[in-house]
Amino acid sequence: MLESFADFFQQFAQENPRWNFIFFYEEKQAGKIWTGLKYTVWLSIACVIFSVIIGVIGAWLQGSNQRIARAVVQGYIQLFRNTPPFVQLLFFYFALGAFTPTYSPDGWLEVPIISNVGWAIISLSFFAGAFNVEIFRAGIEAVPHSTQEASESLGMSRLQTYRYVVLPLALRVSLPALNNNLVNLVKTTTQAFAIAVPELLYQCVTIWNDYPSAQYPAMLLMFVVYIGMVGILVFGMSRWERALRIPGYGK
Amino acid sequence: MTANSTWTPDQPIVSIKNVQKSFGDFQVLKGIDMDIQKGEVICIIGPSGSGKSTLIRCINALNDIQGGSIKVEGQEVHDPDLDKLELRKKVGMVFQQYNLFPHKTVLQNIMMAPVLVLKENKAEVEERARSLVKKVRLGGKEDAYPGELSGGQQQRVAIARSLAMRPDIMLFDEVTAALDPETVKEVLVTIKDLAEDGMTCILVTHEMGFAREVADHIYFTDRGVIVEHGPPNTFFDSAKDERTKLFLSQIL
Ligand SMILES: Nc1ncnc2c1ncn2[C@@H]1O[C@H](COP(=O)(O)OP(=O)(O)OP(=O)(O)O)[C@@H](O)[C@H]1O
Ligand SMILES: [Mg+2]
Repeated sequence: MLESFADFFQQFAQENPRWNFIFFYEEKQAGKIWTGLKYTVWLSIACVIFSVIIGVIGAWLQGSNQRIARAVVQGYIQLFRNTPPFVQLLFFYFALGAFTPTYSPDGWLEVPIISNVGWAIISLSFFAGAFNVEIFRAGIEAVPHSTQEASESLGMSRLQTYRYVVLPLALRVSLPALNNNLVNLVKTTTQAFAIAVPELLYQCVTIWNDYPSAQYPAMLLMFVVYIGMVGILVFGMSRWERALRIPGYGK
Repeated sequence: MTANSTWTPDQPIVSIKNVQKSFGDFQVLKGIDMDIQKGEVICIIGPSGSGKSTLIRCINALNDIQGGSIKVEGQEVHDPDLDKLELRKKVGMVFQQYNLFPHKTVLQNIMMAPVLVLKENKAEVEERARSLVKKVRLGGKEDAYPGELSGGQQQRVAIARSLAMRPDIMLFDEVTAALDPETVKEVLVTIKDLAEDGMTCILVTHEMGFAREVADHIYFTDRGVIVEHGPPNTFFDSAKDERTKLFLSQIL
């Protein structure tokens, strides 16, 4: 079965010189795709998680009564929302990367403590996180102030009120917008290619540099993989949305 | 702490002295005085905008004050060093719009604060919550969400939620104002039960019949001052001030 699958694409490549699905019949190329896929999935999951955490904390700080905290969050949002994420990534990696300490595992090599994968995660999480802060803030504003007052008058601290009352209600309002932003984030992980993170786009480019005949098939593969990943994300989010639905509340 | 340790139950449980409150340039409370004894039921009545809500919100520090003093069990409420949590353990509040947590069931609404704030054992809190649900006559609705209940039922859950914290004092701000006439009664009955159990209650209300029946003392406020106060019979039958008379003639 597998044999015939590989044979089919080998045959296909001979008949259609521009459609060389080399990664389907050559083990080495297939290995590259697998590695790329692993990095892409890992990058996406890490960035989704961190950007949501940043959003939750940022929105909390925005409601703080400390002016400095609010100003810092506002500055952060303006900076990351209004500049190209691609430039952010390059800046993080090259400019900030130059200052990060290094360590030496073998006494020869100097390895920075934050790898290019680390920088990609940091940079993309902060980029998407800036939008998430705004998304959560809009959700928080939709929670009636009187509900928070009720919570406070029961003796709950501001943090408890946020964690158990405001956030769960805000989340329900924020979910559609959050969904969109996370879809964008997953697609934006391809930019990590620019700082040589061996994710899927990076692997595909190395393949088609060696085998120009594999360029279109590799692009096609990228489309399929991203449609699949975004599909899973959207499916998960809508399941979550349904799980959060409250009888008798909202629509 | 010093003030607190000297308080004894024969002293006023809530003592309000010359309270001044402004929103910006607009002065809402212009020197309010009130002494409330433990176990008393106090009704505050008065025209819309006279500062009734503002006053009771000052008692549990939801609003700050610009002058005067409010002491709850001997503790100054507007002391900047006050532990608001300690205050709110003593003072429960029920709002006109119920303000339940819509994402929590009836039981969860009631259990949340005792578990999170008092750090009490969950099983014990649940037992207490279940008996509170029965007390406010909502047995069977433990697992319903607020959105599935009528206004009157929601308001009774809100009362149970406050009671779960075992407060010494309960504040009620026009808690029947948003209800249908038929459901007003069920909420009033619940409050009356509480009053009969000896809970100190401070109510803002437009239910004059209820005030007359349940209150130990009535305060009439207008434009930020207490115009007149007294026990219900004296107050309703022989009001002296013209503004009180006018108000009563319009409402009764
Ligand atoms: N947060 C606020 N900011 C500014 N003004 C306020 C605020 N809250 C209340 N006020 C004003 O203070 C005055 C007293 O309001 P309050 O809500 O205490 O009246 P009330 O006696 O409870 O009236 P009602 O019977 O309509 O509930 C009103 O004129 C109101 O507009
Ligand atoms: Mg009011």
